[in-house]
Amino acid sequence: MTANSLRGLLATAALLLAPLLASEAAIAEVPVPALTARVTDLTETLSNEQRSQLESRLAQFELQKGAQIGVLILPTTKPETIEQYAVRVQEEWQLGRAGVDDGVLLVVAKDDRTVRIEVGYGLEGALPDAIAKRIIEEDIIPRFRDGDFYAGISAGVTRMMGVIEGEPLPPPSRQSRVSRARTNLDWLFPTFVLLLIGRQLLTAVFGRFVGAGLSGSILGLIAWMVVGSLIAALVVGVLVFLFSLFAGIPGGRFYRPWGGGWSSGRGSSRGGWFSGGFGGGFSGGGGFSGGGGASGRW
Amino acid sequence: MKRFMTLAMGLIVVASLSGCGYNALQRADESINAAWSEVVNQYQRRADLIPNLVETVKAFAAQEKNVLLGVTEARSRVGSIQVTPEMVNDPAALAQFDAAQGELSSALSRLLVVVENYPQLKSDANFRDLQAQLEGTENRIAVARQRYIKSVQDYNVIVRSFPSNLTAMIFGFDTKPQFTVENEQQIQQAPKVDFDSE
Repeated sequence: MTANSLRGLLATAALLLAPLLASEAAIAEVPVPALTARVTDLTETLSNEQRSQLESRLAQFELQKGAQIGVLILPTTKPETIEQYAVRVQEEWQLGRAGVDDGVLLVVAKDDRTVRIEVGYGLEGALPDAIAKRIIEEDIIPRFRDGDFYAGISAGVTRMMGVIEGEPLPPPSRQSRVSRARTNLDWLFPTFVLLLIGRQLLTAVFGRFVGAGLSGSILGLIAWMVVGSLIAALVVGVLVFLFSLFAGIPGGRFYRPWGGGWSSGRGSSRGGWFSGGFGGGFSGGGGFSGGGGASGRW
Repeated sequence: MKRFMTLAMGLIVVASLSGCGYNALQRADESINAAWSEVVNQYQRRADLIPNLVETVKAFAAQEKNVLLGVTEARSRVGSIQVTPEMVNDPAALAQFDAAQGELSSALSRLLVVVENYPQLKSDANFRDLQAQLEGTENRIAVARQRYIKSVQDYNVIVRSFPSNLTAMIFGFDTKPQFTVENEQQIQQAPKVDFDSE
């Protein structure tokens, strides 16, 4: 292919893609920031000291009670309402433990002058809408009106903690890896059957080594298509290759350098929950919410 | 070579077991049921709030009979609809449910407009709590509807796309009706409960 025709091709592709990209930009929503800390301040409203103080209080609370409280300060949520945006953030961040759903998200949209408390399913009893509304109107908004954002957030967080404190929640465990079993294992059975048939077939036709390699890559490819995870596909491929290579040899060495255990590569990365609040990262525990809570304006 | 063919056929059959999308269909179908229960749940939550709300408003604004009656009637119409899980397969029943809920939404919003004329009522602690609950419930309804719409969409895509459409045909999975757009707009506008600002 000449450079000219390549350029032409690229131009055509750009022309075809342009309207797609434009329409995408027209309805652009505010992206959800990555969750790296309990307090995410995109407006630089809080000083470093205030932020770390707030963070250590929230970390301390999580250690004691298990519930996760997150704070997000951003300029605007437009074109969405703060309610819609907060739901999206919580869907992404998944504050609260999996199954317990004890997460609370406090969103402040500074330029919109809106604030929202999004309550996880597990805390709707302790922090019902009416209480959330009162916290916003009595503790947060008066201080925001005075321009003291730190005081408002801090007072709101304090009162939320007080309310959650009285709720019987499962005790926090330091090493709890509550992984949500969202793994899709449909492919296991067909893969196993394929393994038995395919191995025989291919090793019969191509000989042991090539046949093993082929069946490994084919099954890996199928696993990739079915599961949609490259990691799982590689694991399957390697397993099949080794199985095909050594299974037929009596007394052949059958080694498993990866120490056993299947990794799905899907869902498990989110399931982890750790409370190392100092210096380390921070991640949501897999909690869900369904639009409970309250919002207010100042 | 005959053996080769048999084995190849076996390979294809087994591969199609998971590739045909049967399990994906089942999963999507079940997630619609879950999302639908959530929608029904949240609407029920709203309906449960209404008697209390009507009573509270009555105490301060008894002369607003028409508006109060409108809410009560709309609520009883909503209550008279038999909600079944099969509703998700029936476009007419779904539209009827949606229309009744939409009427209740607009009756409620009329009530909340009227409330603006009664400062005493607006500052009543009990009413404020009820209003916060109603706001929260409307938001939950919006979220539940959005998730339901998403799950129906996911399901319909599986039913229509190749090769899972063949499986869907064989096992009698049909596309499911969506909430209609007009109603969607109605729902989005009607429950304007936030009067705190401006």
